[in-house]
Amino acid sequence: MAVEKRVVFRSAWLPWALIAPQALVIGVFFFWPAAQAILQSVQQQDAFGISTEWVGFANFQRIFSDPSYIESFKTTAIFSLLVAVGGIVLSLLLAVFADRVVRGALAYKTLLIWPYAVAPAVAGVLWLFMFAPSIGVVSYGLRQMGISWNSLLNANDAMTLIVLAAIWKQISYNFLFFLAGLNSIPKSLIEAAAIDGARPWRRFWTIVFPLLSPTTFFLLVINIVYAFFDTFGIIDAATEGGPGKDTAVLVYKVYYDGFKALDLGGSAAQSVVLMAIVVTLTVIQFRFVEKKVNY
Amino acid sequence: MVERRPLLSVLSHVVLLIGVLVVAFPVYLTFVASTHTAEAIVQAPMPLLPGDQFFHNYAAALTGSEHGQGSAAPVGRMMWISLVTALVIAFGKIAISLLSAFAIVYFRFPFKQLVFWSIFVTLMLPVEVRIFPTYQVVSDLGMLNTYAGLTIPLIASATATFLFRQFFMTVPDELVEAARMDGAGPMRFFKDVLVPLSATSIAALFVIQFIYGWNQYLWPLLVTTNENMYPVVIGIKRMISGGDSAQQWNLVMATAILAMLPPALVVMLMQKWFVKGLVDTEK
Repeated sequence: MAVEKRVVFRSAWLPWALIAPQALVIGVFFFWPAAQAILQSVQQQDAFGISTEWVGFANFQRIFSDPSYIESFKTTAIFSLLVAVGGIVLSLLLAVFADRVVRGALAYKTLLIWPYAVAPAVAGVLWLFMFAPSIGVVSYGLRQMGISWNSLLNANDAMTLIVLAAIWKQISYNFLFFLAGLNSIPKSLIEAAAIDGARPWRRFWTIVFPLLSPTTFFLLVINIVYAFFDTFGIIDAATEGGPGKDTAVLVYKVYYDGFKALDLGGSAAQSVVLMAIVVTLTVIQFRFVEKKVNY
Repeated sequence: MVERRPLLSVLSHVVLLIGVLVVAFPVYLTFVASTHTAEAIVQAPMPLLPGDQFFHNYAAALTGSEHGQGSAAPVGRMMWISLVTALVIAFGKIAISLLSAFAIVYFRFPFKQLVFWSIFVTLMLPVEVRIFPTYQVVSDLGMLNTYAGLTIPLIASATATFLFRQFFMTVPDELVEAARMDGAGPMRFFKDVLVPLSATSIAALFVIQFIYGWNQYLWPLLVTTNENMYPVVIGIKRMISGGDSAQQWNLVMATAILAMLPPALVVMLMQKWFVKGLVDTEK
């Protein structure tokens, strides 16, 4: 980070003027709200915002002794793990095969990357429509096969629905990164192994997969962050956190407690916990990226 | 390919075709649903081939002429809001980031490291994490239900600044020296040398930010309470807020197709820049 240009311009005021727009925007809409979140997390406000009281860590104690918050943690953990692992496995499979084909490679690529452009909320609506208990095509098919499906009543069905929608939307992203990773593996390594008699299956596990591990790890972190934060739209559109609170992930709960239940202190405390989680994940990711550069 | 393995090649195509079909199926179904009458869809199983209501449904959705149980604001208006929002976010972010990256790379000034790190921190916290206080700020500033409220808080992140900083570091110093020799001031150098050189980065970033802006959900959900200011993604959610089968699913699905179209076109037509943008912004 400390790398500097050898040649620079000189001016006492110009750099400040150039930074001013960004500084203003992040000051007002980033640092101020972030500070407020931390402040509110140690305060207790009544629902009308008239009186504010200093309560120290009471909000944190309260949320961590709240079973529904712990439950939400579990839900988030299961959800993000399923989304990350499922998405990575499927897109790795597609990328490995897409890397093999010569004919139609570009067509396959084009047809696989566009779900990235679909808004999470729209993805939620699409999957809800397929799996809606009364009218959905897939739920109808499942019923014909004798499998009962009701994502409005059954927690596992609801979780399956949002996991599928979240994976569907993220496949294109993972796919592109795996494809780039596969491209950067030297062909000579593969050829050498082939000459030594290693078949494709063995070559994949002994050469390709280990060499892809930086990409895989990177995607694991990115996918967990995605499942934590970017899937709000999917969940709100497909299940609204239900049935009950069974698909209410942490971000959904922050939103619900703050805007629906008007528990500002609790919501702010949850925000601070989330911030700590993101910062941790980001640090992990950066340390890893540094390693990759040396590697 | 290292060796000939016809069987494996066939398998590759089969797997990829299945992948493409599975990925496309939800959207195909959406399209089919958008071409039937509402009655045809709610009779399970719904038809799996397109119907003849295409023009009727899309016209009804765009103008909001048919009322279901949920909201029935004209989708044409919502698409316009989404377009303006996405463009303002994309161009706004690119503009302020170009300027601040220029300052950070090409000037020495006191507290530079502090400035650098405070911009850096914003990378870590998405808007979802601090929604409530940010909402309060926007509401205190009277920006609810305005384009400013929809866009400016989402511009407050540093992804683009870092991308441009990285790119500027690779620009040879000789170019600055040459420009100075020719008597060009910093802004002249910025305008005539740096910005043109950054064209590909700008295009890549535009694709990513346009999609990001178009697909926003949580933030617009909070700051728009007036039907007249709903972006299309919010509009869809509001349309289905009735029950399960009582919806006008044909219109909802026509709206969904319309909402997907612009960002999908941007991704497919600007594929090269899209891939570059995706890979660059994650470094």
